[in-house]
Amino acid sequence: MTEIWQWIHELLPWFDGAFASVVIILIKAIALVIPLMLVVAYFTYAERKVIGYMQLRIGPNRVGPKGWLQPIADALKLMTKEIIFPSKANIYLFFLAPVLAIAPAIAVWAVIPFDEGLYVANLDVSLLYVLAIGSVGVYGIILAGWASNSKYPLLGALRSASLLVSYEIVIGFALVTVVMIAGSVNLNAIVMAQQGGLLNWYFIPLFPMMIIFFISALVETNRAPFDVVEGESEIVGGTHVEYSGMAFAVFFLAEYANMIFMAVLAVILFFGGWHSPFEGIAYLEYGFAWVPGIVWLLAKSSFFMFLYLWVRATFPRFRYDQIMRLSWKIFLPWTIVWIFVVALMTQLQLGPWF
Amino acid sequence: MLSIGKKKMEFDQILFYVFSFWFVVASLAMVFLRNAAKAVLFLILAFFSAASIWILLEAEFLAITLILVYVGAVMVLFLFIIKMLDIDKSALRAKFAGYLPLGLMVAAIVVVEMVMVLGYNQFGLEAVPEPARHAADYSNITVLALQLYTDYVYAFELAAVLLLIAIIAAITLAHRNETNRKSQSVSQQVNVKARDRMRLVLINSKNSGESDD
Repeated sequence: MTEIWQWIHELLPWFDGAFASVVIILIKAIALVIPLMLVVAYFTYAERKVIGYMQLRIGPNRVGPKGWLQPIADALKLMTKEIIFPSKANIYLFFLAPVLAIAPAIAVWAVIPFDEGLYVANLDVSLLYVLAIGSVGVYGIILAGWASNSKYPLLGALRSASLLVSYEIVIGFALVTVVMIAGSVNLNAIVMAQQGGLLNWYFIPLFPMMIIFFISALVETNRAPFDVVEGESEIVGGTHVEYSGMAFAVFFLAEYANMIFMAVLAVILFFGGWHSPFEGIAYLEYGFAWVPGIVWLLAKSSFFMFLYLWVRATFPRFRYDQIMRLSWKIFLPWTIVWIFVVALMTQLQLGPWF
Repeated sequence: MLSIGKKKMEFDQILFYVFSFWFVVASLAMVFLRNAAKAVLFLILAFFSAASIWILLEAEFLAITLILVYVGAVMVLFLFIIKMLDIDKSALRAKFAGYLPLGLMVAAIVVVEMVMVLGYNQFGLEAVPEPARHAADYSNITVLALQLYTDYVYAFELAAVLLLIAIIAAITLAHRNETNRKSQSVSQQVNVKARDRMRLVLINSKNSGESDD
């Protein structure tokens, strides 16, 4: 990297100081956001196809070969649609809400390590940053519900606020166990601590925490079977009822960006991040040494993204009070018990993890 | 990476003034706005600005915790309650003139106290020198954790127990009279069998066919 900087320095002597750092941060951000938006677009296509096949349908197959251009057509349609707002709505907050939903969903990607040394920012407290910025995302939904000045959005927002606050506690406790084993709140350090093959990954000592994290991630991203915030059969479309066109599309983008983020975070915390599963196995390790780490990370995340769709096609929606009970009476005690179990395992120096 | 030096410091200063500006503007807006929901949003902006200034001071943990606890949880509950409230503004403004002298007096006392405690004599560069920049591998959270769990462990544990007592007290207060509480019996719901809910009746199809005619 330093040679490249030297070269840029000699070529463009004025490219230095504050201006240069801002430009470089912007370039990094764009290099992250554009692929993310493409993945979101094709994730919606994958969702329709996967759920389609699970329900013995074909799914979208009209636009382009095998329907590959369907997400592009959807985006164009949403962009050209009229944006309607209720006449009694609070107009500023009504349009601030989608912005507040998408901004944290993108900002949270800044600290994700895609490969060794491949990140936008190597924050010392990156796991806490993820939790903090993730918790800001709820404002988009709450404000959308409040500013719409309409009944169903308000109900959706009330459900969302209480659900998100409850499940943030569960996720926080589940992540404490990861931090206890890794000995760091830096995502880079957490991935580095899982080096050395499949058996060193944290999903083995933290198996119940991984399950709890995944289910809580479903709630945090308003996914089925916990999508009571926008439950169509109960409250029409929840917080999205009054939104149309691009304003709705922004909420949609934020939800899917969050889903992909949760999948990537699960891989980083429990499945060794960018590490190859064949590390430490005699021949396979060298045979697969040429595969870049980001490929492993994305492959493992794709499995979790597929799980989201699988779960959605399988389970009926939970009732609101059942979700609350799951959080406070089942998950929270389990996480606290497992914190003590992990403390015990740490003292006993169990396995390759500690 | 880049040549750091005087220019980096300048950039820090620009950031400091930008965040301070928004901090002051957001705080004023929070106090003077009449719409409670907007006031909460400006308070959130003030928290974000404060957190950014703390990050410039290399206190990442404190900054992130401010956002996590106050913005992520406390302010959500504030908005939650504001949505439920139907605030009668005329009643709030009715006694404004009557309370004005008392309010001004309290405000003046607070300002004088803050100037005395936080004024230039106490917090100027002469009184408190500029904190030294830490090395790149300095970990704010590690230093804080070591302090909390060694030097201040008793105070830390005591605070934790105090908070636990507060939680239990709040829950007990809210659940004193359990006369008309509605709750689900989960074990009954889980153990329900299909035959308890539904009765299958065999209807003779021949007879029903005849009656149609």
